[in-house]
Amino acid sequence: MGRSANLPRGLVERFVARDGRWPDDTGCPMLHVDMDAFYAAVEIRERPELRHKPVVVGGVGNRGVVSSANYIAREFGVRSAMPTAHARRLAPHAVFLPPSFGLYQETSRGVMAIFRDISPLVEPLSLDEAFIDVSGALRRMNATSGAIAALIRTQVEEAYGITCSVGVAPTKFLAKLASGMCKPDGFMVVPKVAVLDFLHPLPVSALWGVGKRTAEQLDRVGLETVGDIAATPLPRLRKVLGVALAEHLHALAQGHDDRPVVPESKEKSIGAEETFEVDHFDRDLLKRELLRLSERSASQLRAKGLRSRTVSIKVRFSDFSTITRSRTLRVPTDLTHEVYATSCSLLDDHVPEGAVRLIGVRLEQLVEDESGEQLMFDAPERGWREAEQAADQARSKFGLGAIRPASLLGAQPRRSGATEPKPDR
Amino acid sequence: MKIRVERDGLADAVAWVARSLPSRPPVPVLGGVMLDAGSSDGDGGDSLTVSGFDYEVSATVGVPATVADGGKALVSGRLLADITKALPNHPVEIAVDGSRMTITCGSAKFSLPTMPVEDYPALPNMPQLAGELAGEIFGEAVAQVAVAAGKDDTLPMLTGVRLEIGEGKLTLVATDRFRLAMREFAWEPNETLSETAVLVPAKTLADAAKTLGGAGNKVELSLAANDGLLGLSGNGRRTTTRLLDADFPKYRQLLPSEHSAAAIIEVDSLVQAIKRVSLVAERGTQVRLEFVDGGLRLSAGGDDEGSAEEELPVEYTGEPVTIAFNPTYLLEGVHAVRTPKAHLSFTTPSRPALLKPVDDDGGVAPGYLYLLMPVRLPG
Repeated sequence: MGRSANLPRGLVERFVARDGRWPDDTGCPMLHVDMDAFYAAVEIRERPELRHKPVVVGGVGNRGVVSSANYIAREFGVRSAMPTAHARRLAPHAVFLPPSFGLYQETSRGVMAIFRDISPLVEPLSLDEAFIDVSGALRRMNATSGAIAALIRTQVEEAYGITCSVGVAPTKFLAKLASGMCKPDGFMVVPKVAVLDFLHPLPVSALWGVGKRTAEQLDRVGLETVGDIAATPLPRLRKVLGVALAEHLHALAQGHDDRPVVPESKEKSIGAEETFEVDHFDRDLLKRELLRLSERSASQLRAKGLRSRTVSIKVRFSDFSTITRSRTLRVPTDLTHEVYATSCSLLDDHVPEGAVRLIGVRLEQLVEDESGEQLMFDAPERGWREAEQAADQARSKFGLGAIRPASLLGAQPRRSGATEPKPDR
Repeated sequence: MKIRVERDGLADAVAWVARSLPSRPPVPVLGGVMLDAGSSDGDGGDSLTVSGFDYEVSATVGVPATVADGGKALVSGRLLADITKALPNHPVEIAVDGSRMTITCGSAKFSLPTMPVEDYPALPNMPQLAGELAGEIFGEAVAQVAVAAGKDDTLPMLTGVRLEIGEGKLTLVATDRFRLAMREFAWEPNETLSETAVLVPAKTLADAAKTLGGAGNKVELSLAANDGLLGLSGNGRRTTTRLLDADFPKYRQLLPSEHSAAAIIEVDSLVQAIKRVSLVAERGTQVRLEFVDGGLRLSAGGDDEGSAEEELPVEYTGEPVTIAFNPTYLLEGVHAVRTPKAHLSFTTPSRPALLKPVDDDGGVAPGYLYLLMPVRLPG
């Protein structure tokens, strides 16, 4: 869902694919795929009886907001990010569902896997949308980009029972614009030769980077369409918008956008945090929590083959004042016990006593672990790393509770009944 | 107080004392420099004493001066150091009137607030003399060893240089767990001194050894191990430092007794080659040393960040082997041997490697070693 859904569609009607036919797709390797009302569509797939009803997925509590609404609900004016309470007033008879993220993640993984079977150049933007560069797949599959787009739409619907909309264009920006303008369950091609015909009649707000304020600024100097911007000399545009934005928009308005598809954006940090049910003062308890969080984040690091150079902790007190403190290690680590030792010493050295409502551990400055490991005199040749790797393997087989630090055992919820031996007393 | 003093002598003295002051003193007076005119006792004509003390480190230096009125004054060390460094080359007049100090030099004039002298802690007395050292030897030995000391305050025992006073010799050793440097030389301490070992903050020791151990100077080492205090004096300067109260790791067991491969390498060409190939080693990732008969191939980097390699002739005995090091640690070790050629020996690519100086006859020179843990290559 994007702003492009609100753009005047009549102008671009002729680019929409219809009855298995679409415009010339030569030189259009960029695909933007966007699931239609993703969360709502997944819920409806699970409960087909909802198919013809307005469905709203979102926080159902007092302060909840709408995450997703199907197209029937949208007819009543329900939109994403609107407070759920407001949506209830607009569509009182709609079905309101709390989100089931596990289900969406699972579906998303499957859909992305379909994309990756076609091309390795997949750049997910969120659970429900991605760019795909299919230039390498054209020859291998002996197909045009339009045919690949049609194939993706069929495969996604057959495998996951949800629909998506695809934009096919020479650049990322145009592909995204196109997918937004053919929603739902649509498919649009912006031919390379017709880029300017497609773009120039559109209002300036179609350009990536033009919000309400910029649109007003442009309107004040009489620039209403993308074509107006393209026709304006750059020096004049700079005076209105400033150098950076002017150059960016001028390039887009000419159809220029050389951003490549970047598969799997590299992670910058990995972390975990915990908000307590009640505030805690007890340092021992806080440290046990740090151990749990260190283990959670360090095992993710190991699973991804990364090491972290900087360990930081975050502590939020009962009055919501929050401090973060970090320490940079001499040698990047992926070891739970090193992350834990560093976070404990940060807690001891830098965090005053007080009632703590949230505590977190974050690992930053990540490096690939193929950078080699600086050995130390006093560390045994086989040590913590091997032990923790073995524990990771056990956990991946038998579940998270299979192996854990002994100090975390007591904090586990106890099972009651016959399966647990009763203490002698 | 009213005195007249040469600009250069004053600026050097203040700069040296101010160096050891804390950058963020817990109370303002501890960031101060004390000027004491005319009360120095029999120190041979030095009539201005400049000193500083922050309970950890004290520094005192005498400067010849013409004293009209004696007295003491305490002013901000940083500020006084900045001012004296910037003064034109003219005699400097310093006068204290009430709570202000006036500094006049040529046409420049400064007026600084003074801090109460009564609040300033008394400097520790110089402990008992332990013995004398030749300035150059001491300066070199400290520099060779302090390079391996840790800089991370969370492990205080590794931020020191261990001084072992033994029968007829002095041993200096430091380690940060990744490398260890040790220097030993013959030394006759005072007869009253028994065998002992102390841990001295590496940064302070290195600074002091550099400034006290000028050519031809004697450095006096004094020690009150029970009070946790070490003193060094020479070149008209005196400094004391608190000893670190921490246990140094048991390091003797780390020193390898044998090796299976060894190379004699020309230091200059190795240094240049490491510097070149490590240009592609992102943020301190390893350089690889591939030893084959008669040759050493250095390489670094990979497909993503670019790669580099370079070959050097070396005298090598042993099976062909590839061993990798952090380039900074390796360079610091190669520099620290201080001979034109270095002897590098090791057993396996995951055991410590040993760097030693090579004497003019091509043999291993005793007295210094630099032990370095390799980087384990992935896969």
